[in-house]
Amino acid sequence: MLPGAEILIKCLEKEDVEVIFGYPGGAALEIFDALRKSTQIRQILNRHEQGAAHAANGYARASGKVGVCLATSGPGATNLVTGIATAYMDSIPIVFITGQVSTSMVGTDAFQEVDITGISDPITKHNYLVKDARQIPRVVKEAFYIAKSGRPGPVLIDILKDVCADTIEWEECTNIELRGYKPKVTGHLGQIKQVSELIQEARRPIICAGGGVVSAGASAELLQLAEAQRIPVCNTLMGIGSIPQNHPLALGMLGTYGLAVPNMAVQQCDLFIALGMRFDDRVTGNTDKFAPGARIVHIDIDAAEIGKNVRVDVPLVGDLKVVLNQLNTRIQKKKNIQWWQEIDALKEKYLHEIIPAAAELSAVEVLTGLNGVLPTNAIVTTDVGQHQIWAAQLLEMKTPRSFISSGGLGTMGYGIPAALGAQIARSEHPVIVITGDGSFQMGLPELGTALEQELPLKVLLLNNQTLGMVKQLQDNYCESRYTAVHFKKNPDFQSIARAYGALGLKVTKREELLEKVKQFVQYPGFVILEVIVSNKDNVYPVVLTGGGLHEMTGLGKDEDE
Amino acid sequence: MRHTLAVLVENSPGVLSHVAGLFARRGYNIESLVVGETEDQTVSRITLVVEGDEKVIEQVGKQLNKQVEVIKVNDITNEEMVERQLLLLKVGADPSTRQDIMQLVEIFRCRIVDIGRRSLIVEATGDEEKIQAIVKSLQPYGIQELVRTGKVAMVRGQK
Ligand SMILES: Cc1ncc(C[n+]2csc(CCOP(=O)(O)OP(=O)(O)O)c2C)c(N)n1
Repeated sequence: MLPGAEILIKCLEKEDVEVIFGYPGGAALEIFDALRKSTQIRQILNRHEQGAAHAANGYARASGKVGVCLATSGPGATNLVTGIATAYMDSIPIVFITGQVSTSMVGTDAFQEVDITGISDPITKHNYLVKDARQIPRVVKEAFYIAKSGRPGPVLIDILKDVCADTIEWEECTNIELRGYKPKVTGHLGQIKQVSELIQEARRPIICAGGGVVSAGASAELLQLAEAQRIPVCNTLMGIGSIPQNHPLALGMLGTYGLAVPNMAVQQCDLFIALGMRFDDRVTGNTDKFAPGARIVHIDIDAAEIGKNVRVDVPLVGDLKVVLNQLNTRIQKKKNIQWWQEIDALKEKYLHEIIPAAAELSAVEVLTGLNGVLPTNAIVTTDVGQHQIWAAQLLEMKTPRSFISSGGLGTMGYGIPAALGAQIARSEHPVIVITGDGSFQMGLPELGTALEQELPLKVLLLNNQTLGMVKQLQDNYCESRYTAVHFKKNPDFQSIARAYGALGLKVTKREELLEKVKQFVQYPGFVILEVIVSNKDNVYPVVLTGGGLHEMTGLGKDEDE
Repeated sequence: MRHTLAVLVENSPGVLSHVAGLFARRGYNIESLVVGETEDQTVSRITLVVEGDEKVIEQVGKQLNKQVEVIKVNDITNEEMVERQLLLLKVGADPSTRQDIMQLVEIFRCRIVDIGRRSLIVEATGDEEKIQAIVKSLQPYGIQELVRTGKVAMVRGQK
């Protein structure tokens, strides 16, 4: 006989859980007490539940395993919400466990009672309210299976306090039957045939690799397809690293904040092959103007994504790794020589597209400098803002799971906690956070977790004293009427570094940059490098609202109409 | 266009709110929704009437299918089917109109289930068209109260 909480921990151990990120409280008392006894599971005490959620996210993304995050009822649960939504938008497998008030208190607006299954319904792949300890083994098994299979995503388990205390006989659940949930793995043969014919016929094909390539572990298959026919490959923000960014076929990130070459190429292509992506508006720009001359093939594991945002000529539902293998057996060699002449011309034309406008030190220079000394095994996480976009555009990540950024929700405060999760998953890799002074102050509490866990995080703080991305929006859409974007006062970030036991480095002049960046990357411990950068630069070129991908503003003088 | 969807779901608590929530947040218009247990106690059937073009209906079906508790979604709009709604209607009736109302009730083959001093309660089942016709015919006598269910539907023959 065991109490429910201990059964829960045993079930987590059976799922090979090795670390839980979390924050305690009354309704989770029993669960933490049971967790204490586990020798298999390392418990990380975060500084905020949102940080715990993002840490589980970074852990899942760096490792490819399911992240686990534990919080108490009420405010603990609501503090998770942004983290759950962040994971949901980026299809990251995480099992969230929340304590809940006791059965007798449910529905009475009891102290710290909140309907978290109701609240999280639109932002979870599935959720459970566990009212009986005997359900625990099945629920845990289902939750892990649902989180990681098909299109991955967060699953929440809310467990009543008295259920955690109830002692019952533990019966392991070995078999689950979910008749309403059967992810499709293999691609439809007729459609495979159709797609392979389209690829064969295409004269100007382009592949767009999304986060699905990363989560399906299908990079090798993607490369095989692309290389067989020399098909250019662009990527979404979530698809960074699915192809080495310095690969001769790689064009880089497309989208409204994407690069000119992939954007122009997409508008000229005759076949757009979408792999594990969902045609987010940041990717397509105005959908009516998207890839006007192209047939669109959409390969994704989630049937509901197909045809949701853009017209699709051939859908193909299945696991990308499996489907690409099916396709690759049918693909003959081809070189697309003429198409590459066109693409090379685009590359020539837009060679120096990202040029800082300001005379002062710019974030672009810093990131270019970092790129030059970036260790090949580095994992980069970012926060959200201009620094994120420049990092996505400029850093040449070479492997999947090496670039970790909040793509779908764009959550500021993600970078630091995600980095600590990634560092725990991959202790041998250097983990670098790229953040801005706005985002840094949202993720700040988790520096405490990094300190306590002795994690050698490297935080690159691009300090422009500004919420740069919103300032840019005000430039673009409010005729530069600035409101609530300039910090009149910021804390002394060097003192913060010291307070958290990190080495503080600071660059204010261009001359110091490269040396300090090198020192930063090579430093073996926890380090924060603050670089004072201009707030005048904007992410240009950019596609403004309503524009097609080819209608990029700020492409340089000769391009302006 | 209006579509009728027959959705088989797990008969467990929370399913209905998941489905209703999905419609609300994706901005789909539910015209009516009826839910009840089926021949298999572990399965409920939701009959949904949804308004939307082909693209919307396709998304509705796919989004429903994505829910873990949804077992099967069938669009039966174009099938040969039997469909029924239930109507209860309280209509004003005094000695001078009572006979006329009874006659109408006879013609439509519905029933009077309660006789009050100044009103009658009429019960009717039928498809949308019939229910509308009844309501329309009784309107002149003064409808005091009206409740109706959404429609349930079953495909004819073997399936
Ligand atoms: C939690 C959250 N709040 C607000 C926003 C809106 N937002 C997007 S970018 C941005 C500014 C980010 O500033 P900073 O981190 O300093 O980066 P910069 O753009 O200056 O590089 C804001 C406020 C957001 N994405 N997330």
